[in-house]
Order: sequence, then C-alpha cells, then structure tokens
Amino acid sequence: MNTDIRVSRTSNAAKVAAALGALIVVILIAAPYWAGRADLRLMGEVFLYLALASLWNLLAGYAGLVSVGQQAYVGFGGYMLFALTIFAGLPPLVAIALAGVLGALISIPVAALIFRLRGAYFAIGTWVMAEVFRLVFAQVSALGGGSGTSLPTDIVRSMADDRSAREALSYWLALGAALIVVTAVYLLLRSRKGLALTAIRDNELASASLGIDIWRTKFFVYVVTSGLTAVIGALIFLQKLRISPDAAFSVNDWTAFVIFIVVIGGIGTIEGPIIGTLVFFLLRETLADLGTIYLMVLGLVAIVVMLKAPHGIWGFIRHRFNLQLFPLGYRVVIADHTKGV
Amino acid sequence: MDFLNAVVQGTLLGGLYALFAAGLSLIFGVMRLVNIAHGDLIVLAAYLGLTTTVVLGVHPLVALIVVVPAMAGIGYVLQRGVLNHTLGDDILPPLLVTFGLSVIIQNALLEGYSADPQKMDAGVLETASVALGPLSLGLLPLLTFAIAVAVIAGLQWTFYRTPLGRAFRATSDNQDIAQLMGLNKRHVFGLAMALALAVTAVAGILLGIRTSFDPSVGGGRLIFGFEAVIIGGLGNLWGTLVGGVILGVAQTLGATINPGWQLLAGHIAFLVILAVRPNGLFPRISG
Repeated sequence: MNTDIRVSRTSNAAKVAAALGALIVVILIAAPYWAGRADLRLMGEVFLYLALASLWNLLAGYAGLVSVGQQAYVGFGGYMLFALTIFAGLPPLVAIALAGVLGALISIPVAALIFRLRGAYFAIGTWVMAEVFRLVFAQVSALGGGSGTSLPTDIVRSMADDRSAREALSYWLALGAALIVVTAVYLLLRSRKGLALTAIRDNELASASLGIDIWRTKFFVYVVTSGLTAVIGALIFLQKLRISPDAAFSVNDWTAFVIFIVVIGGIGTIEGPIIGTLVFFLLRETLADLGTIYLMVLGLVAIVVMLKAPHGIWGFIRHRFNLQLFPLGYRVVIADHTKGV
Repeated sequence: MDFLNAVVQGTLLGGLYALFAAGLSLIFGVMRLVNIAHGDLIVLAAYLGLTTTVVLGVHPLVALIVVVPAMAGIGYVLQRGVLNHTLGDDILPPLLVTFGLSVIIQNALLEGYSADPQKMDAGVLETASVALGPLSLGLLPLLTFAIAVAVIAGLQWTFYRTPLGRAFRATSDNQDIAQLMGLNKRHVFGLAMALALAVTAVAGILLGIRTSFDPSVGGGRLIFGFEAVIIGGLGNLWGTLVGGVILGVAQTLGATINPGWQLLAGHIAFLVILAVRPNGLFPRISG
C-alpha cells in the first residue's frame, strides 16, 4: 500500500469557512450603509454578547474556571468609561482601552483571593466579588450612587457630531471588539499556552505531571478575559449611555444569558458561542413578547441541552460531520479523504 | 452601648443566615453538589408560606406544617428527576442546571406573584420584644436563633445518630461501596435534598416574616448562606452557625457605621477570612 499520509491542521471545510467568514465580515462592516437604525443597534448588541460569550467560553470551557461573576468586569468597565471620561476628561476611545487595562489589573488581587476556592465554590466566590464591586460603586456618589448616572452630552458629542455617525461608530466598535475577541481566543488556543490549556481541560493531573504550571496558566487566562470583559463592558455602556449599579452588575444580563449562550451553542469550542449567540437572539426576537415565559423557556432549554447534549449544538454537528471551522487540532490526512484523529 | 447592641442583634441575625446555609452545607456534604438555585428555593418557600397563610388564614408559623413537607417533596422529586443526572466528576453540569433552575424559579414566581414586594403577617410576634438589661431583644430574632440552633442540633443528630445519617455519611465517603452495601444512592441523595429543602422551608418562612421579599432576592440569600458555609468550614454544621453569626455581626456593625455598608461589611468579613483561613474556621472535609 502506498498511500499519501500527512498531518494537517487545516481542512477544506475550514478554508471554505474562512472565505465565507471574510465575506460576511465585509458585509457586516458595510452594515451602516445598508441597515436601518434599529437593526444596527440590535447587531451591535449581538456582537457584544458574542464577545462576552467567547470570553466566558475561554474561561469556563478551556480553563475550567466556571465563573458566575464576570458581571463584575462588565460593570467595572462600564463605570471606568464613565469615570475616565467625566473626571479625567479622556476621549471615550482612550477610556475604553484604559478600562480594559484597569480591569486586568484589578482582576489580579481578585484572582489571588478567589483562586483559593475550588470548583463550584469558586463560582459563587466570583459572584460575591461581583456583589462587592456593585456595592462599592453604589457608594460612589460622584457617579450617581445607587441610582446611577448618564454620560454627559458633550462627551457623547466628542465622538462624532451627528447621531448616525455616532451610531455607526458604536456599531463598528462592537463589531471590531467581537472580531478581536474571537481572533484572540483562536490565536491563544493555537499557541503553546493554548495547548497547555487544552491539556488542563482534558486532564488536570496528567498535564501537571507534564510540567504545566496549572495555577499560572489559569491565572493568565483569568486576567486576560477579565481585561477584555471590561472593554466589552465599556462598549456596552457606551451604547446605553446610562449606567447604574443594578444594570452594570446584573447577574442575569451579563452572566446567566452568556452561560446559556455558551451551553446551548457548545461549550469548549470556538464555534459554539457564535451559534449560541445567534440562537439566543433568534429566540429573544421571536419570544420577547412573552416576557418572563421566554426566560423560563431559555432556562429550560439550557437545562435540557446540558442533560441531553452536554456539548451543545456545535458539539452535535462536529460529532456528526467531523467538522471544525476554526482549525485547532491536527488531523491525519490520507490521500484526499480527511479523517480525524 | 450601640456596639454591644449591634453585636447581639447581629448574632441573632446570624441564626437566619445559618438556616440559609444549613441546607447548602448538608447537600454539599452528602453529594458535593452546590445548588445555585438554593436562594430561589428559599424565596419559593416564602411564597408558598404566603399563599398558605392567605388561603387557609393561618399564622405563618402554622403554615410550616404545609410548607415543610411540600418543600421536602419538591426536593426529592427535583433530586431524582433532574439533579441526580448531573452528578459526576465534572462540576459544570450541576452548576449550569441549578443556574437554569434559578432562572426558571425566579421567573415563575414573577409570573405568579408579580414583582411587588410581599410580606407575611405574623401579628404580635413581629413587634414583641423582651428586655435584657439595657438591651431590647425582638422576640422574632430570638425565636429564629433558637430555631436555628434546634435545626442544626437536629441535623447533627440525624447525621451521627440515625440510620439515615449513616446512609448519608456512607454515600458521602464512597458512593460505590455504599451501593454494594445495599444503599440506593439515588434514593439517599433524594432524601438528602428533601431534608435540605425542609430546612430551607423553615428559613424561607422566617425570612418572609422578618422582611419583605420579592422574586429577585434569591441570589442575595444564596450568597449569605454560601459565605456562612465557607466561613464556618465545609461540612461542619456547628461551624456554619458560627459562620452565620460572624456574617450577621459584621453586617450589623457595618450598618451602625454607615447604613450603606451593611452588606459590604459582611462580604469584606468573608473575604478577610478567605484570605487568612482559606478552609474556613473549622473545616471538616476538603472542598
């Protein structure tokens, strides 16, 4: 037998997906020229949720850090945007970037403390931290205390003069953030650190015996995701133009929905959060009139998926068709027939 | 004087937190399950109590006769129908499923009872107090604390002196060998959850008499219970009572300095203990 065997990372499906993805991105970049105001706003929200979901997926699906307290950084980022523009007079774009840096910095002492808790207790510990953040910001009377504050109009105007230009800018920022986050997660997972992460996810004991510093790898992921989550938080509240402690640190809005998105889409895959976000918004836009019933349906769907198909929609597709659109693993390619390892 | 008063009131408040925590501690001890919906189950119990008092026209404490068995039944069915399927080495399924449950319970309560704050009417019990030297102690906080001590003593006795407790401990130690000895672990877990939610029912009723509640307050109750468990040390029921007291005292002391600091002071006390004694004050089992 003389067959041509080689090891390859990419596949035809991945190439097609990359080409299609590039096309879609170009169309999306042009959205302010073809979409209506309401659609633009909705899409901006979709991208920000996609970014939050990708980040939570990296944290929980790859690093095994199941946090229910990422709203701490969403709210922190939002408040930093307001504080840095109002008090320090920084332009909003600089404030957004700086919010990310500050978010990463504040996550260091937080991690040092809550990494002492394991598993599910770590999860509730992160929630306690988010509560502490909420209560502290509710005490800052310069930022409106418990009732919150609005972004002054001159700061909003400083971004762009007319309203449609501002909305376009806000949309591009959201799209850009989602692209950056997904690309960053993809590149991280393809790197040496990503290999270590995947190893930890698959077997913590075995990866430790191979010399991977588990604590440091997890710490690194926690700090990076927290910083990026703060950036997304700043963008969310740039869209909303108003912030209050209850909205900024809402566990339902910034954690429950995000977790449902990731679980329904498929945890531990890059594609999962993307599919989950689309499903989430599809459900929301069709069932939103039902109000609380919609949320109960969402919770029920998440429970059923977790029990019956723990790898989510993408896990099912991948298993069925041996498909990977973001090539992470290596495969053995025999002649022209691709086969997974 | 204010200081002493705050400490005493905080201690009594700690009894309520210990009741929030006892159910959490019990199920974690038996099956290593952390129930994110625990706080919402406490609120559910409060609403069941409210409905019972309104429909039957009875005192909230009498409503316990209905609510405790009802919550225990819900617990058994929930455990056997749903939560048993999530147990295993992976911590994600129980966490996410109970998170989903939390959202479902919250919104079901919102649908059934609206978002308006509710309160149970316990008549004279709410305002009655006894004088102790210069201090004036509310009858309700005293009763709550006494109930907390009794419940924890009862759980402790169940755990170490009864066949049921032996089954709990055996399954907790080694599920497979417990199965070989003829215990059905699914049933044992169901009983543990039933017992935990029976305690939750007591906590919910006492909460509903003490303060007003609405469907969104569950998360906060979960956090208080969780903090009490961690402060006291995992798996130690009396430690949980101490944890609840420390949390309660920290909160009332914080509130005497500045009303806005009440909750913050409790969280900070928790974080300080986490930093100094990561395993809590009196740990029994490792997390």
